Amino acid sequence: MSSSQTDKGGGRLAALTQWIDDRFPMTKLWKEQVSEYYAPKNMNFWYFFGSLAMMVLVIQILTGIFLTMSYKPSAAEAFSSVEYIMRDVEWGWLIRYMHSTGASAFFIVVYLHMFRAMLYGSYQKPRELLWIFGMVIYFALMAEAFFGYLLPWGNMSYWGAQVIVSLFGAIPVVGDSLTEWIRGDFFISDVTLNRFFALHVAAIPLVLVFLVIAHLMALHEVGSNNPDGVDIKKVKGPDGIPLDGIAFHPYYTVKDLVGVGVFLIIFCLIIFFAPTMGGYFLEHANFEPANALQTPPHIAPVWYFTPFYAILRSVPNKPMGAALMGVAVLLFVFLPWLDRSKVKSIRYRGPIFKFAITAFAISFLALGYLGLQPATPGYTNAARAFSVVYFAFFLLMPWYSSIDKTKPVPTRVTYHAH
Amino acid sequence: MTEEVDTGRRHFLTVATVATGAVGAAFVAVPFLASWKPSARAKAMGAPVEVDVSKLEPGAMLKVEWRGKAIFVVNRTPQMLAQLEGVDAQLRDPGSDESEQPEFAKNPARAMKPEYLVLVGVCTHLGCAPLDKFAQGDVTVAADWPGGFFCPCHGSKFDMSGRVFKDVPAPTNLPVPPYRFLSDTRILIGAVAGNA
Repeated sequence: MSSSQTDKGGGRLAALTQWIDDRFPMTKLWKEQVSEYYAPKNMNFWYFFGSLAMMVLVIQILTGIFLTMSYKPSAAEAFSSVEYIMRDVEWGWLIRYMHSTGASAFFIVVYLHMFRAMLYGSYQKPRELLWIFGMVIYFALMAEAFFGYLLPWGNMSYWGAQVIVSLFGAIPVVGDSLTEWIRGDFFISDVTLNRFFALHVAAIPLVLVFLVIAHLMALHEVGSNNPDGVDIKKVKGPDGIPLDGIAFHPYYTVKDLVGVGVFLIIFCLIIFFAPTMGGYFLEHANFEPANALQTPPHIAPVWYFTPFYAILRSVPNKPMGAALMGVAVLLFVFLPWLDRSKVKSIRYRGPIFKFAITAFAISFLALGYLGLQPATPGYTNAARAFSVVYFAFFLLMPWYSSIDKTKPVPTRVTYHAH
Repeated sequence: MTEEVDTGRRHFLTVATVATGAVGAAFVAVPFLASWKPSARAKAMGAPVEVDVSKLEPGAMLKVEWRGKAIFVVNRTPQMLAQLEGVDAQLRDPGSDESEQPEFAKNPARAMKPEYLVLVGVCTHLGCAPLDKFAQGDVTVAADWPGGFFCPCHGSKFDMSGRVFKDVPAPTNLPVPPYRFLSDTRILIGAVAGNA
């Protein structure tokens, strides 16, 4: 009773923190990963998308858990249980639209996050493993999206799954038994739906969370890159802190909050005013139940897969088309070794790289558009041309990135105080 | 007793433990992986189905479901059968050498009885359901269309026997399922021998 009330309260909190820290590295983790993690002070808006991807993951997990409480993973009940969520469950429509919009938002954010890494050479040494973890996250995300897309058991769900599972049939010798093994039946059936549900709600999310942790650990080990591609650890102050580094908290937590605000405004506008996004986020053909005897007149995957789908379709040979599509996805993994440039950031690269990455971005968007269109000869030929550009960007990179003229990289980041 | 650690022994024991564990893990993986194969129930549901074609008019097609796949049964007219001749040069696999069919259907008509065509209605490209575009010159396919099947997903084209045309994504002809005639107008789909 000798000390004052405030002292006693602060003392108790400090004592509790100490009690935990003696048993679990709480303060140590907070300092290492957040309050004393020094990130370059010149990160621009492109650096919003990493934290946004994490937030979308949380949205997907939360809304997903609540959807499983009303959804029935059986061929007989799945479609009507989704209608039940939309019509009868209190706020069910909101939770489902958050989840379906979240799926597309996830890919938008991740594609921008990947493009940022390509602009600023963030995959280059020493961040190769960080990049590979990121790519594995992207693959897991594709699997997650594919398994989730079957669950509403609409006709597009059904035929989309049919087409994608058939891709494995292109593998010589084992193809047919492999597709049967994946489906667990002679066709996409109740059995397939049930197992895709298990993979979508338990297996892949666990893998995703684990990979995100590995991605962050690798990031915090090597440190964040920045729009100048300058290694801030080379110039440190007397206290051992990089002169161009600022603590992640509070500086970037606050900055990221602005990104979260802008993102959520757009996210809410879509949920409330355009949840189907004109058939791009939720496809019209999926509003009728799965029908094994009736293919929708025009099958297109959801927009985030269409660049690769356009490549698949442009090859008039099944195993080759499937193989090229797989290679198109996998090529990203090899970027750290395909890029022979002496500099990281596009700011100090020469005209050839600037041309190449622009051509790549255009071909990716064009393939995405073409993958949504019917397979007419004109569109197919256009898809072939853009596929060539797409592959040339990667395969010619060792050559053009080494002959490209680069500008000298400064020792300190460029930064204008506001 | 010596204080030195016998590293050779330690190494051998480590390798032996890891190897034994790996073998055990491989055996444990078998039931989990095998549980993904079609179950006894799924196999039983894949039993043959019977089709009555007595009311199928010449030139018409009916669809039945077998193992979750659409099976096309077409009563082909003599004209349709005539279209099968002289197109070999435009076909990828005119002799059905690389395609899937029972031995009895490895002929231009790809059928046991030429008038009755029985096909698995699943595109050999990526499993969409081809459309019946039997009319010659159907402009929704092509002005010089000879009549046959057209897959709307990726534009694969097949003739009146389900034989694939060249320069389309589908690699092989539409498969012919195993079937047999129980009588003149009753077909059992899913088995070349035995009853339903």
